[in-house]
Amino acid sequence: MVLNQFLLLAAALFCIGVYGVLARRNGVMVLMSVELILNAVNINLVAFAAFTNSIAGEVFALFVIAIAAAEVGVGLAIVLLIYRNRKSIDLTEVDLLKG
Amino acid sequence: MSSWPWLQSGRIGDPQTPSLGSLAVSDFLRSYLTVAIFGAVALLLAGGILSLGRLIRPSHGNAEKLLTYESGVDPTGDMWSQSNIRYYVFALLFVMFDVEAVFLFPWATRLEAYGVFGLVEMGIFILILLLGLVYAWRKGMLRWV
Amino acid sequence: MMFAQVPPTTDPPVPTEFSTPDVDAWLILPLLVLIGGAVLLLMVASLVKSLQDGRFAAYATTAIAASAAICVIPLWARLNADGASSTFNGAVGFDGFSLFITVMICISVALTALVAAQYLIDEGFGGVEFYVLMLLSAAGGVVMASANDLIVLFLGLEVLSIAVYVLVASQLRRFASTEAGLKYFLLGAFSSAFLLYGIALVYGATGSTNMSTIKDFLAGNLLTNNALLLAGFALMLVGLGFKVAAVPFHAWTPDVYEGAPSPVVGFMASVVKAAGFAALIRVFVVTFSTYASDWQPAIYALAVLSLLGGSIAAVVQTNVKRMLAYSSISHAGFILVGVQAATDDGVRAALFYVAAYSVMIVGTFGVVTVFGGEGDHAHSLDDYRGLGRRRPALAFALTILLLSQAGVPFTVGFFAKLEIITAAVGAGSQWLGVIAMLAAVIAAYLYLRIVVSLFMQDADEEAEPVRLRTPDTAVAAIAIAVAAVMFFGIVPGPLDDVARDAVPVLVTRG
Repeated sequence: MVLNQFLLLAAALFCIGVYGVLARRNGVMVLMSVELILNAVNINLVAFAAFTNSIAGEVFALFVIAIAAAEVGVGLAIVLLIYRNRKSIDLTEVDLLKG
Repeated sequence: MSSWPWLQSGRIGDPQTPSLGSLAVSDFLRSYLTVAIFGAVALLLAGGILSLGRLIRPSHGNAEKLLTYESGVDPTGDMWSQSNIRYYVFALLFVMFDVEAVFLFPWATRLEAYGVFGLVEMGIFILILLLGLVYAWRKGMLRWV
Repeated sequence: MMFAQVPPTTDPPVPTEFSTPDVDAWLILPLLVLIGGAVLLLMVASLVKSLQDGRFAAYATTAIAASAAICVIPLWARLNADGASSTFNGAVGFDGFSLFITVMICISVALTALVAAQYLIDEGFGGVEFYVLMLLSAAGGVVMASANDLIVLFLGLEVLSIAVYVLVASQLRRFASTEAGLKYFLLGAFSSAFLLYGIALVYGATGSTNMSTIKDFLAGNLLTNNALLLAGFALMLVGLGFKVAAVPFHAWTPDVYEGAPSPVVGFMASVVKAAGFAALIRVFVVTFSTYASDWQPAIYALAVLSLLGGSIAAVVQTNVKRMLAYSSISHAGFILVGVQAATDDGVRAALFYVAAYSVMIVGTFGVVTVFGGEGDHAHSLDDYRGLGRRRPALAFALTILLLSQAGVPFTVGFFAKLEIITAAVGAGSQWLGVIAMLAAVIAAYLYLRIVVSLFMQDADEEAEPVRLRTPDTAVAAIAIAVAAVMFFGIVPGPLDDVARDAVPVLVTRG
């Protein structure tokens, strides 16, 4: 097994996530794409940790999981708030602020 | 940091091993060929049998027959049914406390090694979590209204 | 053999002996005061019904932030006696830099709490949670400023950001606020993910998340292939660029500044920006110093784009909050000029600028909060017409704060800009200094436009005048900000000396 394969997998997930954030119009889908990026990071961290005998990457991955949960909690609450106000979570309709 | 492997073996940027830029097929990637063949066979088999059935079975559809099966009761409403917003708070609380458990497991496996220090640290951690729970309780989030 | 390949080198070592990390809680006393105060405030307010009054929470927050700032005084003495050190096994640093940013953040929190006190009661939202989130967010900023490890840095950033997402969206009934919250959240989460990916790549390239270990590794080893490391730099720069609102990562700034409740904007512009720059300096200028020639051009480009983009875009706006948003982008460009220099002078100038800017902007948004009137919506230039006659003292205060932002002599903003440009020239980037001066001139026009609206133009006769309140606490906060701007504008020496002593250093072990 070569480290590059894990890096490639993570990079692919990262790209899918970035594409999702930029192209998706549904707020929840964008959230899921961000989660995808965070999981790509986790793959990277764990792979680096496994290949280099340093525990820090694995510890970091645990923190990332916890942070991701907190982020999603707040994010879903905000999306829910928008939905209650607008009856839609289509991001292209959220356009009150424009300059 | 001499124990760092890439400096000695040069795993990244080493011309012998494929780097991020090249798509040379390694043994590892080749072993995925098995998976690919297996997947193709599975698709062919499932697709073949299903289309065979479609070819030879009689088809006399009517409205009753095409109804979605919902435990024998006539289905009502849209396919997209919204779940109650009240679940959200509980789901959120669950996710929070569930995820914090990832810190408990590594600690629990090496409990005796960490000794009093680990106990105190984890005590502080759990205390803060409990305070969060107290807040949620005082806010009436734990009651089903 | 289809599947068997070379296994990952060996199993990770199982620590047989656990050595207790060296923990010196005194060194993070301000942080403990902030977090402890926040948790205590939340508990007291949720258990004792009679204390759920917003004013009590505001005063408590001011007291907590002030005591956290006071805790720094003995620590500063200790720093001068024993020198910089680190604690928690080298994860948390203790140096002049972290103390400087800590005090700044605490002052911003105290002033914002005073500005917000009556505003929140009048607008009918927030409550105790608003202040608790503010304190926790400030604690995140302090963690970021004193991080000696990339994990700690990221945790601090997230604590800071997640609390601010909620603060921005906290005005539930005003749609602009929730919309701003959503935008800030999505872009913030996106940028945090970029930063995190960058940290992972840097960890992969160097084998450690500890900043001093990384610094030593980069100084002592020549990497055969540094693509991973450079990709990590780029992603981290994108992530932090979003947080400090540098062009081209600024798209969220005007919308969020316009939509968020005005006191929150002041808080964001001071605390989030300060913490972001603290991280930028600690990570790039200090940790990646060996590779300065690789990241300096990128920051150079960000600085030029932010300076010009921010000032030029600000001029065509008609909403004061949006103008200030673009001007904050231009200020970020100024601070980036100091970061780009990557010298001690550059860091000192950047610190001075961050400190000056955070006081100015909290005061400015204090006045903006009052001028927004009921509903916090009267922020167009037309709404500001004639306020010089209706509220002369506040309009005068706003004028001083805006002139300071423009960099007029006898205000602290002048010395901030001067030091930045001196540092840039000293580091050999004369052209950057010229561009910075040009941007300052363009931005001056925008501040003058606001001042002209205040004093030179009369309010529209037919229009119903906006009902204004002048809460005493907000006035006190504005007065403090104006006094600080004037004082350090005439006697910049003390602040300058402190900024000079506040050089960031990385220490491996206590």
